[in-house]
Amino acid sequence: MSESAGKTSSSSKVVRGGFSILAVIVAFVILWEGYKFIWTALEWTEPVNPSNRTLPHTWTIVGALFQPAQRNGPILLFVELKAAIFTLREALVGFLIGGSIGFWLGVLFVRSQTAERAFMPYVVASQTVPILAIAPMVVVWGGKLDIPQWLTVSVIAAYLTFFPVVINTMRGLRSPQPTAVELMRSYASAPREVLWKLQVPAAMPYIFTALKVSAAASVIGAIVGELPAGFRGGLGRDLLQFSQQFTAAPQKLFASVIVAGLAGMVFVGAITLAEHRFVAATRRQST
Amino acid sequence: MTMVVDARGVGKVFGGGAEAVQALTGIDLEMETGDFISLIGPSGCGKSTLLRLVADLLEPTSGELLINAKSPSRARLDRDYGMVFQSATLLDWRTVRKNVELPLEIMDVPTEERSKRATEMLDLVQLDQFADHYPWQLSGGMQQRVAIARALAFQPSLLLMDEPFGALDEMTRELMQQEVLRLWGETGISVVFVTHSIPEAVFLSTRVLVMTPRPGTINTEIVIDLPAERDLSTRESPRYFELITEVREALRRGES
Repeated sequence: MSESAGKTSSSSKVVRGGFSILAVIVAFVILWEGYKFIWTALEWTEPVNPSNRTLPHTWTIVGALFQPAQRNGPILLFVELKAAIFTLREALVGFLIGGSIGFWLGVLFVRSQTAERAFMPYVVASQTVPILAIAPMVVVWGGKLDIPQWLTVSVIAAYLTFFPVVINTMRGLRSPQPTAVELMRSYASAPREVLWKLQVPAAMPYIFTALKVSAAASVIGAIVGELPAGFRGGLGRDLLQFSQQFTAAPQKLFASVIVAGLAGMVFVGAITLAEHRFVAATRRQST
Repeated sequence: MTMVVDARGVGKVFGGGAEAVQALTGIDLEMETGDFISLIGPSGCGKSTLLRLVADLLEPTSGELLINAKSPSRARLDRDYGMVFQSATLLDWRTVRKNVELPLEIMDVPTEERSKRATEMLDLVQLDQFADHYPWQLSGGMQQRVAIARALAFQPSLLLMDEPFGALDEMTRELMQQEVLRLWGETGISVVFVTHSIPEAVFLSTRVLVMTPRPGTINTEIVIDLPAERDLSTRESPRYFELITEVREALRRGES
């Protein structure tokens, strides 16, 4: 009885969710086209020129997805979806590397104040160095070490993903109440047991929050990582190429931006599903 | 006969130098098997600190403290005591049953034995219907019963309770006191019980130790000579009120 009630409410939630997504899309299209219409009528050109050269019609952009990207080639949507899958794979590997490194650094820093004091400043500094400066170095080093090119891209993605995981893992591991720590001590628990039976489960909501941020960042890292390598097959190369062709065919860039955005959403959505599976509703942080 | 708790001149200083705070001084305590001792006193009298010394969560800075004729740390490693705090401190990602099994998991008790013991303990605290619930689905009193079941699950000889009913309403509190007395009678365990409540200390204990602050020390010991079987009628007996008055006056004397 209660189970079927639960199902109804979750399916109605999906319907409501779908409806609100649709509403946002419709509102966005109205704003976009409304801007074009009013600015054209009044002959305004600031802040963005409403001409089809800079701000194509929404239908032109969607239409571009269904036209061949190159003469006699497959339609742009297929090309970009394939590129998105390619980039997502690099992002996923980078996310796994960065996530693991972030988690274990968090564990290390919570265990050892000395390690935290010694390394934390560098961890923070690493995030203020633009990825655009790091990426070419990693590509060159990766090339010299004979690492497959997609893996060097993953390393760049990992560089962008580990930081939020470090910070949130640390917060999460420190989140149990002092009495919970005393309780574990009263059982004469080994540090390993305190970690796995108390701290890590307590940290799960924090870690998942970080993983969602990291999932999005890993896609950016993979796209940017593809650029200095001139790496074909992924979204990065296409975005670069279409931005160079912007004046001729702006709709292509907008269309591939949509696909890139969808790729990130799919990834973050997958993490959210995993969170719902592993963390009880009462413990999830709202994000 | 070995004492469950044997303290001689135990003191505790927090910090050092000019900022050192003498939390406890000159604590003498002999506790026999089956004793139910309450520590009562105003905030800052060091009663929770004394409990944590017994539990080896803190170390004394002076004196000698033995638990079951062993050092507190040996006793902790031997899992001689179970602990209950004011907040139930249940792990909210674990069901009631899994919370009770937590110490058994850490002590490497085999799965079957674990589950059998958890069932027994939940029967004992009359929560067998709630084994598969999560802590947040339980009332405060029920959560505290789970915490007690968890503390008793590995059959320690000593139960340490730090204001366990401090956050409960008066009605629930009285029910829980009756419950603890029942468990104490059924298991023969020794209990050290920290509380702010005079009636609670008198109703539960065989002995009440009245503590005074700055520095914390045991000021008066009052033997509670109420009958072993205690129930609602005990709470209405003249002797009960006399003892309450006696404890209250001891607390007053300590303040002046």
